[in-house]
Amino acid sequence: MSMVRIDGLDVWFGRARDRVNAVRGAAFDVARGESFGLVGESGSGKSTILRALVGLVPTWSGHISVAGQVLAARRAKAFYKQVQMVFQDPYASLHPRHSVDAVLGETLSLHGFRDIDARVVKLLDDVGLGQRFRFRYPHQLSGGQRQRVAIARALAPEPELLLLDEPTSALDVSVQAEILNLLADLRQEHRLTYLMVSHDLSVVGHMCDRLAVMKEGEVVEIMDVDALRAGHATHPYSQHLLQASV
Amino acid sequence: MTAPLLDIENLWVRFPSRQGVFDAVRGVSFTLGRERLGIVGESGSGKSMTGRAILRLIRPPGQVEADHIKLDGADLLTMSEAQMRAVRGQRISMVMQDPKFSLNPVMTIGAQIIEAYRLHSKASKSEAHAKALEMLEAVSIRNPERVMRAYPHEMSGGMGQRIMIAMMLIPNPEILIADEPTSALDVSVQRQVLDIMDTLVRDRGMGLIFISHDLNLVADFCDRVLIMYAGRVVEVCDADKLHAAQHPYTQGLLNSLPRLDAPRARLDVLQRDPAWSEAASVSGRR
Repeated sequence: MSMVRIDGLDVWFGRARDRVNAVRGAAFDVARGESFGLVGESGSGKSTILRALVGLVPTWSGHISVAGQVLAARRAKAFYKQVQMVFQDPYASLHPRHSVDAVLGETLSLHGFRDIDARVVKLLDDVGLGQRFRFRYPHQLSGGQRQRVAIARALAPEPELLLLDEPTSALDVSVQAEILNLLADLRQEHRLTYLMVSHDLSVVGHMCDRLAVMKEGEVVEIMDVDALRAGHATHPYSQHLLQASV
Repeated sequence: MTAPLLDIENLWVRFPSRQGVFDAVRGVSFTLGRERLGIVGESGSGKSMTGRAILRLIRPPGQVEADHIKLDGADLLTMSEAQMRAVRGQRISMVMQDPKFSLNPVMTIGAQIIEAYRLHSKASKSEAHAKALEMLEAVSIRNPERVMRAYPHEMSGGMGQRIMIAMMLIPNPEILIADEPTSALDVSVQRQVLDIMDTLVRDRGMGLIFISHDLNLVADFCDRVLIMYAGRVVEVCDADKLHAAQHPYTQGLLNSLPRLDAPRARLDVLQRDPAWSEAASVSGRR
């Protein structure tokens, strides 16, 4: 059974002469346990698909289903346990006045867990931070450490699907390597499904099994990573992307 | 070679803090001719501070010290603020890292570009409007008419950065300092924007300081590269020889990149050596 099924998805912003059709008729499937990449230039609608899926953009129409459940405008509480998102910029996605302990503890209590203390410890160990980071504030952490906290927060409700919106593009290459290794390990340990947005073809090539290439709101090609590596892109735009990134 | 456009000797940037003085840039020297000079390093290595120090944009309590920072023979450090204002924008222009913080959120894009252009030239409003449209097209923005009416929050990061580049290139400066100008852009547009900058550097004999964390991009695009670590220049090399770099830090950075042509299960993680930050700064003069 597929984890995510998207069909005929339209997403738009604004109205009248300033209406922008950000996503037009997007369709793809992500199998359970798969890691699927979305690539394309900025404004191509790749992040918008994630935001529509997770419920941050209300102006969409079409079919989205997660683990067989068709999504409506209002999402069930169980949905947010199943699906979590990691954002691009770890400097903006953590509350500056909440300690790591508060961030993780609040998430856990909102999702109805009782053994919060033990779980916070476990989450920090899972993302390779350890106990000494528990009572720190975001300004006392480096970019890579913050992104680890953001990943821990996403893992807190024990999701099955993780949406990764450019998780390493705000980080240095040496830190990017650490985070990508961490994400690969976590996927194996927790049997996660990844839907990952990136503009960096080599990152998607490293992390994903299959990918969709987007241009101006449309999915122009879906291919697997082996084809990408061998340079077998059929659509002229994908070929152009491939050339630009080698 | 002819006299360099910019000549920097022994530049230090210091920030006093509660734990003592923090040295963000430590004894950096280099010259810039009519060339594309890359400065690479991780965040916190002092590469952005070097760029800002040249334009004297570091605010107190930060302190800038140098033996000299000479632009065509005139020392920028001894200039008055009024003289500096004539340098900034007109002679040395800077594209900053994040368009979200450099664009005015309550002015339309068009009004901002026109204002920047008319500040430095005596063009009429309609001329400036036409010029702004032309520049937006030059940085390959689709539908420039709509963008002129739009506000910065309506733009994606990539579009915002292209708008910044358009705005900075309109006064036609001698030196462009580009601080991570393309890190918010995607590969396909990156190439276009770099080509635009490349054309300007060649056609008008501009000097370009290109600050970036992206080693491959710098190797591809620049003529010469300074590699910075913890406020010092650890290595200077020709850009096309970057992949044969000697310093273990440069090698570590190169190895931590994922590559399409060489798939690996795990990426190498950089092992840092404290000796790197102790060694003296390498000079980038020629």
